[in-house]
Amino acid sequence: MDGNLNALTTVFTEFYYWVTVVFMFLIHVGFCMYEVGASRHRNHMHTLMKNIMIIPLVTVTFFFFGWWIYWSFPNFPFFGGLNHDAGSANLPWSQNMATNLSDRITGVFWAAFLLFSWTAASIVSGAVIERIRSSALWVHAVMIGSVFWIIDAAWGWHAEGWMVKYLGYHDAYASGVIHAVAGGYALGVIMVLGPRIGKFAADGTPRDIPPHNPWMLTIGIFLIYTGFWGFYAACNIPAISPDGIGGLLTGETWTATNIYLAPTSLSAITFNFLMSMSGGLMAAYLVSKGDAFWTFSGGLAGIITASAGNDLYHPIQAMLVGAVGVVIVYKLHYWVERTFKLDDAVGAVAVHGYSGIVGLILAGFLLWGAPSSPYDGYATVNPVGQTIGAVIMFGVLGWLPGFLISKIQAAAGVLRIPVEVELQGLDYAEHHAYEDAKAAIIEADKAALTGSSRVPAE
Amino acid sequence: MSTIGYDSWAVDLAEVGPVYPFQGYEVLMVILGVAFWIAWHRIQFARESKHLEKARHMGDQEKIHALLEKY
Repeated sequence: MDGNLNALTTVFTEFYYWVTVVFMFLIHVGFCMYEVGASRHRNHMHTLMKNIMIIPLVTVTFFFFGWWIYWSFPNFPFFGGLNHDAGSANLPWSQNMATNLSDRITGVFWAAFLLFSWTAASIVSGAVIERIRSSALWVHAVMIGSVFWIIDAAWGWHAEGWMVKYLGYHDAYASGVIHAVAGGYALGVIMVLGPRIGKFAADGTPRDIPPHNPWMLTIGIFLIYTGFWGFYAACNIPAISPDGIGGLLTGETWTATNIYLAPTSLSAITFNFLMSMSGGLMAAYLVSKGDAFWTFSGGLAGIITASAGNDLYHPIQAMLVGAVGVVIVYKLHYWVERTFKLDDAVGAVAVHGYSGIVGLILAGFLLWGAPSSPYDGYATVNPVGQTIGAVIMFGVLGWLPGFLISKIQAAAGVLRIPVEVELQGLDYAEHHAYEDAKAAIIEADKAALTGSSRVPAE
Repeated sequence: MSTIGYDSWAVDLAEVGPVYPFQGYEVLMVILGVAFWIAWHRIQFARESKHLEKARHMGDQEKIHALLEKY
């Protein structure tokens, strides 16, 4: 650090990302609670373990190769190949990826992205509860969390990403980059995995499998909201000088920027986060006729829909975008369920995937002509670029790998649990072992007491 | 001798970079780390397959088959 102002900025940035990461941890707590609330009693421990083990697996793989992908892939493979210089500084054997007093930012910035990786994997996890093998889900978690979402981040969520440069792709708070890709991936998996036993009647009519614990589910979704707010902050760079952006912002005024280094503020995105959430909640209440769970999820879907442009929207625009998105998403969810007999247990494909697509396309129209970046020569935001971006995020990097990897797992017979286990519940064996152990202890106690003076003689 | 390269913190911080043990062996550490990760998946996969096979035969088989007929 050269000089105390630079030292202060560096330490502030380090602290800023550390705080956002801690808030974002709440997203994962929320996902765990939501999934357990939505699953049936007989699958609780399996559901929890499935989601919790995402944390270490995605963390270590994101350390080994995910972070390198982000820095190396912005123009790979179409527009200039791998960026070896940026990549090598972020390889797992780089001295930046360790305790290093001359680099105080890499670790916390890495962690902010890593928490997005957990989220991508957890979105997939919710759709497949009660029937997927843990081993299969954990391979998917590594693939979506440490490979596919981070490729799309390099392409569309990096100041030098080719989608930003050539398509004018703008997705400031990740309608597509996290949500559409994870929703698309989840759709690919459930198409191969199939529905839970009993979800559809013999004539194909879908049955409602209501959540077993409304409280847990409600607290879960509010924790997701809280973490999502932290996520919004994590999508900003907190303080940067015009020099730090190559002098392309004129004047001397320092600013916060979005991920593309274009100016924004925490104030702006706080307005828009809360207004899009409110629009989503209100629209979901109306369209679902007061269904509690769709209303809660609608708040999340509203934020996700508005996220692509929430650095630039007016708060009322954010509210309306959130509301419009939720109506489309709700209708689309039930149409897909009825038409294709797909069982998305928590509505993850709809809330994250369809919302992401709708949000990207709406941003293309509302922000038409706005600069996507402060750099010269970049395309401006436009509907065609956003629509192509939505196809890449949801379809190419989300749905396609999810579908193909699931097909391979299904062909190998390692995707889905046996039907007998699904009917008894994944926790049955553990409960059985627990009851056996308890019975053995009771028997041992009885035997011990029988031999003691405390037991009266017959 | 110190594994981290420093015997004292009475130094100019501007000159201090990496401070972890065994600098220069990062590639070896990554190989060990990746081996641990892959081995974990292998062990977990094999254990889960055994567990699910055992769990298939637990419970009331007649009831299970009756339920399967229903669906």
